[in-house]
Amino acid sequence: MRNLLPIVTVVAAIFVLWYAAAVALNAPWANDKAQRAGIDLSFNELVADTWSQDKPKLPAPHQVGAELWNTTGAMIAKGRAFSKRSLIYHSWVTFSSTALGFVLGTALGIALAVGIVYNRTMDMSVMPWVIASQTIPILAIAPMIIVVLNAIGISGLLPKAMISMYLSFFPVVVGMVKGLRSPSAMQLDQMRTWNASSAQTFWALRLPSSMPYLFTSLKIAMAASLVGAIVGELPTGAVAGLGARLLAGSYYGQTIQIWSALIMAATLAALLVAAIGVIQRITLKRMGMAG
Amino acid sequence: MATDTIISAKDLSLTFQTNDGPVHALKDVNLDVHKGDFVSFIGPSGCGKTTFLRCMADLEHPTAGSISVNGMSAEEARRQRAYGYVFQAAGLYPWRTIGGNIRLPLEIMGYNKSDQDERVNRVLDLVDLAGFEKKFPWQLSGGMQQRASIARALAFDADILLMDEPFGALDEIVRDHLNEQLLHLWDRTNKTICFVTHSIPEAVYLSTKIVVMSPRPGRITDVIDSPLPRERPLDIRDTPEFLEIAHRVRDGLRAGHGDEV
Repeated sequence: MRNLLPIVTVVAAIFVLWYAAAVALNAPWANDKAQRAGIDLSFNELVADTWSQDKPKLPAPHQVGAELWNTTGAMIAKGRAFSKRSLIYHSWVTFSSTALGFVLGTALGIALAVGIVYNRTMDMSVMPWVIASQTIPILAIAPMIIVVLNAIGISGLLPKAMISMYLSFFPVVVGMVKGLRSPSAMQLDQMRTWNASSAQTFWALRLPSSMPYLFTSLKIAMAASLVGAIVGELPTGAVAGLGARLLAGSYYGQTIQIWSALIMAATLAALLVAAIGVIQRITLKRMGMAG
Repeated sequence: MATDTIISAKDLSLTFQTNDGPVHALKDVNLDVHKGDFVSFIGPSGCGKTTFLRCMADLEHPTAGSISVNGMSAEEARRQRAYGYVFQAAGLYPWRTIGGNIRLPLEIMGYNKSDQDERVNRVLDLVDLAGFEKKFPWQLSGGMQQRASIARALAFDADILLMDEPFGALDEIVRDHLNEQLLHLWDRTNKTICFVTHSIPEAVYLSTKIVVMSPRPGRITDVIDSPLPRERPLDIRDTPEFLEIAHRVRDGLRAGHGDEV
């Protein structure tokens, strides 16, 4: 209960601000309409209008809530959870490329980190490229990736996953390099006194030591991966996925649809990161490294 | 060289190049350690006692002179796993049980599974930790963790035990207890032990040979062969012989310090 009160307070404050902003932003349109119809709006009527427009500049929370329900819960009730009008379907599409991109990005990130830690040439040369890769705006490179991969006959899930991978390998490289280097000089000397091979030192010492760093990186990578998947759906004329919903919404001025897709994306991100958090807690606890 | 010479240093020097110029960690060090000896290295910080131990372990490379361990170079000796090394901190892996930690060097060295089990049990018994095999390091006190790390160094067939201030971080009472146990262990296993410390009573109580060192440059100023018997109860520390050796060690340390004190 002690934790609940601050959270409820913050959420309530957000809702108050949101409703107030909806009034302020949608009032000009409501006044315009009233003027053309030749009627004067009372304050109550004005507020009621700004909270119930079809294409508001800023939809009110209950409008977004209703749209979310209509495209998720209500669809399930009708047994059409995976119809093209359902956000569950679009979330699933985005999730599949997020997950694939995340797995690919994690694998690439770990592989690069191992290379950087064990190979002096890679240590000197790879990191600047890794950092440079992240300075390129993903929005600019995403269509290129799709086009190039299409040209060599790869389409569907993989191109989007590649964009997710492009964003998600970075935090894994940085975290794992630090993690694999986290054993102390004493622990490494200890291995030397046993005449352990590099591979033995890696499996028995470096890899387990890097776990706390890995999980922290994975959380960031997962969020980045979702952004990548959505961005991958934006410029490519994709017909399914949360990104496609966002784009379609903005084409037709469907702000309510945009906002509900945004909230769906945020919910998805929160769930995915929380899932990693749970795995992290269980793993580190079993390894005696919790806290 | 006598046949029972285990470690032999000849004119050993080690100079570190730093930004403030060269630092002579060791200069012209000569020492023979014989089989079954318990040798303590004592001196103020910076006298090179740890560096000397690390040279024996092939963790540092001398810049001049030579050192042989078991009649071969330090590197060959390390490759043949001729010694167990106990560091200042226990350095147990938190994700392995006590048994798992002791098993680690055995796994690395490729002992078979049943041999591992048998050895883990034997050394746990040796350091009085029987029954703690399944516990994790955080469940043990600092003294018990250090005992586990000694067990880990004893688990494989190395005749030499190199110990770098293993009890430095422990309180006096635990330390006394572990010193007593260490003597028992030395007696039962017949290992050759090199032991770095900065405690005079500890050095005198444990050793058959006390090497007094002094800094800038790191060198040996005195080597004292202890006349104390192998059998040493804790109250031997109140006997005149003990106090006399302690006195000589203290004099050696003071002389090494020169005009700096």
